[in-house]
Amino acid sequence: MDWSVLLTDLPTLVAVVIGVPAVLAAYIVGGEYLVRRLPDKNRPAVRPWIWVAPALLLVAGFLVLPAAGTIVQSFQDNRGNFVAFTNFGNQLGGFPTGGAWIAIRDNLFWLIFYTLFVLAFGLLLAVLFDRVPYEKIVKSLIFLPMAISSVATVIIWKFMYAYQPPGQPQTGTLNFLLSTVFHQDPRTWIQDTTPILGLLPLNNLAIIAAAVWGIVGFSMVILSAALKGIPGDLLEAARVDGAGEITIFRRVIFPLMMPTVVVVGTTLVIFALKAFDTVYAMTNGNYDTDVLANRMYKLLYQHFPSDYANASAVAVILLATVIPVLIFNLRQFRAVEARR
Amino acid sequence: MSVATATRQESLAVPFSPRWLAERLSGAVLHVVVIGLTVAWMVPAIGLLITSLRLPSDIANSGWWTALSPPFKFTVDNYSQMLQASNLGQGFFNSFMISIPAVIIPVTIAAFAAYAFSWMKFPGRDWIFLALVGLLAVPLQLTFIPVTTVFVKLGFTPDHLTAIGLPPFIPLWLAHAGYGLPFSIYLLANFFRALPSDLFESAEIDGAGMLTVFFRIVVPLSVPAIASLVIFQFLWVWNDLLVALIYVGGTPNVAPVTVSLVNLVGSYGQNYQLLTAAAFFSMIVPLVVFLSLQRYFVRGILAGSVKG
Amino acid sequence: MRSSSLIRALVVTMAAVFATVACGGGGTANAGSVKVMATWTGVEQASFMAVMKPFTDSTGITLQYEASRDQDALLTTRVAAGNPPDLAAAPSPTLLTNFAKTGKVKALNNVVDMTALQSEVSKTWIDLGEPTGDGKLYQVFSWVALKGLIWYDPKNFQAKGYNVPNSWDSLLQLQQTIKSGGTTPWCIALESGAASGWPGSDWVKEIVLSQSGPSVYDNWWQGKQKWTSPEIKLAWQTWGQILGANDANVYGGSKTMVSTNFADGGTPLFQNPPKCYMHNQASFITANFQSADPQAVAGTDYNFFPLPDITSQFAGAHVVSGDAWSMFNDTPQAEKMIKYLTTADAQAIWVKRGGKISPDNKVPLEDYPDALSKSTAQILVQTKIGKYDAGDLMPTDMKNAYWGAVLKFAQNQGQLNSILASLDAVQAKAYTS
Repeated sequence: MDWSVLLTDLPTLVAVVIGVPAVLAAYIVGGEYLVRRLPDKNRPAVRPWIWVAPALLLVAGFLVLPAAGTIVQSFQDNRGNFVAFTNFGNQLGGFPTGGAWIAIRDNLFWLIFYTLFVLAFGLLLAVLFDRVPYEKIVKSLIFLPMAISSVATVIIWKFMYAYQPPGQPQTGTLNFLLSTVFHQDPRTWIQDTTPILGLLPLNNLAIIAAAVWGIVGFSMVILSAALKGIPGDLLEAARVDGAGEITIFRRVIFPLMMPTVVVVGTTLVIFALKAFDTVYAMTNGNYDTDVLANRMYKLLYQHFPSDYANASAVAVILLATVIPVLIFNLRQFRAVEARR
Repeated sequence: MSVATATRQESLAVPFSPRWLAERLSGAVLHVVVIGLTVAWMVPAIGLLITSLRLPSDIANSGWWTALSPPFKFTVDNYSQMLQASNLGQGFFNSFMISIPAVIIPVTIAAFAAYAFSWMKFPGRDWIFLALVGLLAVPLQLTFIPVTTVFVKLGFTPDHLTAIGLPPFIPLWLAHAGYGLPFSIYLLANFFRALPSDLFESAEIDGAGMLTVFFRIVVPLSVPAIASLVIFQFLWVWNDLLVALIYVGGTPNVAPVTVSLVNLVGSYGQNYQLLTAAAFFSMIVPLVVFLSLQRYFVRGILAGSVKG
Repeated sequence: MRSSSLIRALVVTMAAVFATVACGGGGTANAGSVKVMATWTGVEQASFMAVMKPFTDSTGITLQYEASRDQDALLTTRVAAGNPPDLAAAPSPTLLTNFAKTGKVKALNNVVDMTALQSEVSKTWIDLGEPTGDGKLYQVFSWVALKGLIWYDPKNFQAKGYNVPNSWDSLLQLQQTIKSGGTTPWCIALESGAASGWPGSDWVKEIVLSQSGPSVYDNWWQGKQKWTSPEIKLAWQTWGQILGANDANVYGGSKTMVSTNFADGGTPLFQNPPKCYMHNQASFITANFQSADPQAVAGTDYNFFPLPDITSQFAGAHVVSGDAWSMFNDTPQAEKMIKYLTTADAQAIWVKRGGKISPDNKVPLEDYPDALSKSTAQILVQTKIGKYDAGDLMPTDMKNAYWGAVLKFAQNQGQLNSILASLDAVQAKAYTS
């Protein structure tokens, strides 16, 4: 293994590390300089656009235009002819098990279990860890799964869920616990469609658990940052007044963290709707674990020629499910503005 | 009147009274719960660690916990084989070349934009912001072909860029920036908006311009948020495989270290145990980044910043 | 004023940065390079590099190799964007055939030595490489594998006095004997991430070929023969005989089948006491046997016999698969390279390292590293009815439905009729683009 390559290319790396921030700083400084040369009354109208222009340009190029193209494509067939709602009919026909309905059902499971658990658990950990002196250590340990690539995470959980026939020594951690501690038969966690509590299939729950393990660190870190932002004097005052810890959490901490909880919650909802990596690597949607993003991937790359028409329809369905979330965000946003 | 720290009140309970006991126990219960949760959470990762130190024949036949009892059959074979992965050194370098700008660019641009969304007024502001949040939902796979087609038409490919003396990673930096911006702006705008408006008023009174307010007030007060964002964006870019393969390809001169590590496994799954070692190896850099940014997660930065 | 001096400082910094980068960058003139994309990673990548070394050393052409198991997504994107690699190798010709039909790859008739090719490889490989049917060669095959090999542990067979079956009936008899001895005869492993089910599809297609012959086989993968037709249904039922009622002939039953990764499929063969006695897999599984037990010796610790013929009329039929090459850009360097890859010398390099078979009859049998690979090579080169893997020749969504059907069948054989009916529904749409 040749580490000397690091040394020969080091100048380029240094140039990039210095150059990139320099370019960006130059942009904003230069922009402000130009704005200052305008008459006072024009400044507020022009200035915001200078500040948001780079973001809008990048986002337009990489996300908006392709998304618009996709929406247009969802109303066409693969040869470019306008076919109105045919693609959507393909995807949404055959309720309850045809078309994309299994995927929609599974995404709903993700929406509920993934989002709720990651949000609640992240909040719990942020609050608990705030009170222990070894906070940094435990936070880093909970965060560790985020540092692991999704490929490795899938491997870890495949090992966790490994199955050997009943009566044989188990190689998977969960089946080991199941057979030695609970004296139950081992289960094929990833393939088993038995409903838990009469509703959620076991294998969906297993895949969601693997994804949750990898992302709780995300919610914990952000919520912890928000927690730290609560002014100490507020908490001090409440304690002086004799309020118990739980009351303080309910009346002081949680309301102040609410905007961040909305941000984290919204992001998690969107991640749940977009879930792909874990499902693709573990089952590719077999055994009724399909999700919309995986279905779209199959239509794009496991078809030849790529079935853009139907893939676009699935994408539009996915984008449409985000709208309620956006409306909720708009309300929150306006509420914060009003309070200012 | 402000106090910068949130100190716990000294307990006034009589030793061994019910209240004293309750306080002590809640302390102990807290530690038990915290440590218990953490340990349970770590089990899968510990399992992977132990597995990475075992031979493939052992891995296939018995669970990892059996390695913790005699006979202790451990091996560093997986790690030594992994370190001989083709192109590991160059891959490591490429990963840094990719990650550092791919973090700096979106975080900076997002900070600029979030500042405007939070503290400036302009027509359509709320709708544009909402659209940005909605863009979080766009599946990346749909953008690959349209964007790369345009890039190829413009000659904006690694080969051409290298030929004219520029780093071949520029398309990838821009891609990671574009994909990371919605979340970055969303997160930062949320924190910027939470800053008290009196800050800005006092600054205006003192005659500070927008730049000064941004660099001297907003950024320093948002350090925990910016630090979190840096961590996440770095993680996402460092562990990324597909976006890199699409925008710069997997040839040794440009491929990040994720490619070298994933390709340790043969196409029929030969030597998959090497991935267990690779997972720990590739964790090192992100963890170092996380730990070094930990000191920015401190309470009470806001306190004392407004006088009177 | 502050900001103007700041601006000046920034401008100077940026100039310095660009100067450094511009001086450091730039390519050097050389004999050219070839961009190659394939799926060979890990030990296979090392073998491919060994194959290319004599070429790059003697011509001075640099090889820029990228490997990815996400090849479908990557190659589709690159081609659509107008930025394909120069050469690409795929473990199945489906994608490359589609590129041939849409004019994205170049014909190779004037690039490789056609006369030499026709005398050195069997007609199967040349026909496969001409998917448009107009005599234009779009794909060449460099390394191939043999499927339908039943692996067993000779020591276990000897201990129980089992004999290697040489006919389908004696295979079924052996199966029964092992069962009455108290062990499940078969190990089958179907899990393979996104490709789960493919090992079972190998079983079915091998049975179709051996039972109903090459023309039924061809009509079937071409979509001209229905899944519900008697011959195809019979093949599934025959596999059901191997599996036994409720998969009783397979170690661990359906649950183990669907949850065990194909790479670990052979492990129970070698356990003490063995949990099964036979395992159907392609020739490349030996690499997994070796990594599970580095001390294993080919021939002594593991051996194979080919799946016995079912119908004597089609005796000697084998399913094969191989790595197909296509050329996207006809640069002089790419043409030299693909020509090199069709030569016996190039192919022999990997053969000697083990794990692959060459379709070229000029590669001497002595080059194969052990007796086992020698006999697989012999079988492959001499086979009278060699047919390429049907699943890999089907359109992608047909293939995926096929794999999914295997999983469903393994979990409930009673569902066969509805499984076949839904396969027909996919077939009706999959072959029209």
